[in-house]
Amino acid sequence: MNGQIALMLGQDGMTSGAIYALLALSIILVFSVTRILLVPQGEFVTFSALTMAAMQSGRPVRLGVLVFGLALVALAMDIVAERQRHRRWTVPRTSLALAAHGLFVVGLGLSVPFDHLGLLVQIGFALLTVVPLGPLIYRVFFQPIASAPSLVLLMVAIAVHVALIGGGLLIFGPEGARTEPFSDSVVQLGPAIIASQTLWVIGVSAALTVALWLFFETSLWGKALRAAAFNRLGAELVGISPVFAGRTSMTLAALIGAVSGIVVAPITTIYYDSGFLISLKGFVGAIIGAMSSYPVAALGALMVGQAESFSTFWASSYKEIIVFTLLLPVLLWRSLRQPSVGDDE
Amino acid sequence: MPAMRPLALSLALAVALVSPALAGVKIGVVTSASGPIALVGIPQKNTVPLLPKTAGGETIEYISLDDASDPTATVTAFKKLVLEDKVDAIIGPSGSPNALGVIGFAAENGVPMLAPVGSASAVLPMDAKKKWVFKTTQNDGLVADLLVSHMVKTGVKTVGFIGTSDAYGDTWAKVLKDAAKAKGIAVVAEERFTRQDTSLMAQGLKITSKSPDAVLIGAPGSSSVLPETTLVDVGYHGKIYQTHGAALQEFLKLGGRKVEGTILAGSGMLVLDEIPDWNPAKKIAVDYIAAYQKLYGVKPATFGANVLDAGLLLEQAIPDALKQGKPGTPEFRAGLRDALEATKELVGAQGVYNMTPEDHSGFDVRGLELLTVSGGQFHLLK
Repeated sequence: MNGQIALMLGQDGMTSGAIYALLALSIILVFSVTRILLVPQGEFVTFSALTMAAMQSGRPVRLGVLVFGLALVALAMDIVAERQRHRRWTVPRTSLALAAHGLFVVGLGLSVPFDHLGLLVQIGFALLTVVPLGPLIYRVFFQPIASAPSLVLLMVAIAVHVALIGGGLLIFGPEGARTEPFSDSVVQLGPAIIASQTLWVIGVSAALTVALWLFFETSLWGKALRAAAFNRLGAELVGISPVFAGRTSMTLAALIGAVSGIVVAPITTIYYDSGFLISLKGFVGAIIGAMSSYPVAALGALMVGQAESFSTFWASSYKEIIVFTLLLPVLLWRSLRQPSVGDDE
Repeated sequence: MPAMRPLALSLALAVALVSPALAGVKIGVVTSASGPIALVGIPQKNTVPLLPKTAGGETIEYISLDDASDPTATVTAFKKLVLEDKVDAIIGPSGSPNALGVIGFAAENGVPMLAPVGSASAVLPMDAKKKWVFKTTQNDGLVADLLVSHMVKTGVKTVGFIGTSDAYGDTWAKVLKDAAKAKGIAVVAEERFTRQDTSLMAQGLKITSKSPDAVLIGAPGSSSVLPETTLVDVGYHGKIYQTHGAALQEFLKLGGRKVEGTILAGSGMLVLDEIPDWNPAKKIAVDYIAAYQKLYGVKPATFGANVLDAGLLLEQAIPDALKQGKPGTPEFRAGLRDALEATKELVGAQGVYNMTPEDHSGFDVRGLELLTVSGGQFHLLK
């Protein structure tokens, strides 16, 4: 190993680490607000990457069908819930808007030839298709059991993850996909040559992190989410609806996942089931941050990226083992420092 | 990473009866039409309706099951087919690890098994159990010999290897070492990756730092693309070889410009236009592709032809087996096994089969061509 190889490995680890950090942030966000361990987080990444690939190869975007289907279920659930609560038939506006949006992405996805439109249009449409999945999944699968024990929430999250993988196979097929890089140029940085896509990944991750920080620190919605994460009951007493908090956090998680998918799709082959392993590395970061500290989790995720890159160089057959073994000392240290965590209920 | 994907276990088996139940020969088909190797399994499952419907005056009924790429589910599917449906033979499963797990069960119950898997360890070394197994793909050793002879011819002295960390990569690491040792080529690097890895930069750098004259990539399906594009990205300038696992249209589509000049060995099905008409396999392959395209609107991957060939092998073995007993009896199944083993000069979509008690793959070099990629297409290597 020489300096140049170390530099390239470091840069490679940085790229994956940046993505893991984003996923770790959204996992913590959703967990602290709703107590849901968001196992399907990786699916947002793969779905947006595969949607981009479908558009670029001129195939119709069929993911809209899933969005529309879920939106119809959510609409029906809302109408029934309203009926039970107020004894009259009303159509809640949010879910009607989501259903209309679902119809819009189905229609557009199946008819418009996106391969002739620019990259920005494609990115915009991929976000429009994937991001609504966040609130819809929350509405359909988690909202009815929002107060269930976290173990139940975890089981439902796993079930949703398995169902989404199956749906992904049906919608996107078994083949892996790659998209066109944003630009082909390379940047010469000292002795290392860096593909511009790598800079895109790191830049977008950094920008999203800053944006999230601003959102939580300055906006009313962000403060409401923080309140809900800090003390659920207290937040409810001052008028922050848990449904609103859950829906917003899932929307953010879907947005982060979708953006990650769009930026990594040009540098790797993504399969319909690639998401799990990516989000698992995010989980490792989140656990290093004790499922509560954003900066520590981000740092942990970056470390995971580096550990992965260098351990792959030394012993590629054992790299996953090395990465996941990293968890052991962290967990040990955590449990020594906080001996009585108790149940999280 | 099977240990990390316990969820796959919970995927239910999709059961589909392909034709109505009639008295006659019952053939089970087990494919991995979902899960990690669905790319291999889907064309195989889709080929079932194109298999022969009658043989020796008996109708053939196919019972098709999906094992979701999970070896445990393969065992369950085999048990169901053998114990409940009482099938006379089984075509499948799609994956090498899946196949290795059910050989014992098939042999115990005396059910011939036609495995469309890549790994030669399904039929080699031949023993009392494996004599029930027939393999409808080219043996890895045969492919490796062809690739290594090309390396020798073009003056390659050192070779690096990167393969998947599963049975496919393991087998290829072994056959490459054997073939290279026999021809005096040194294997200087051996790296592994998993299909879902998002970056292979580290492996690519490690191999490049050993600067081998050529690199062989041992990976099935579209996972064969990322190692090659990574090698190009990190500035590797030697020759890149691929196994028959990369012989797919997907490989060209995903790899684009970066896989130009790749050398691989695969069935002639990929370059039918360039195959001379005297090659007996050509007509069967052309007909198969046309029928498949009519049914599904896309061309089949070569994996589908492995199942078609299994059907053709059974079609010619059934009349002989009928002399030994009625379908559904152990005598018939034993007769079927003997008849399969006695297959001589049977033309399939991928080549000509000549089975012997020692060789249950039965391919010779007629089923294999050296191919290269140029202008975004596979071509015969001249």
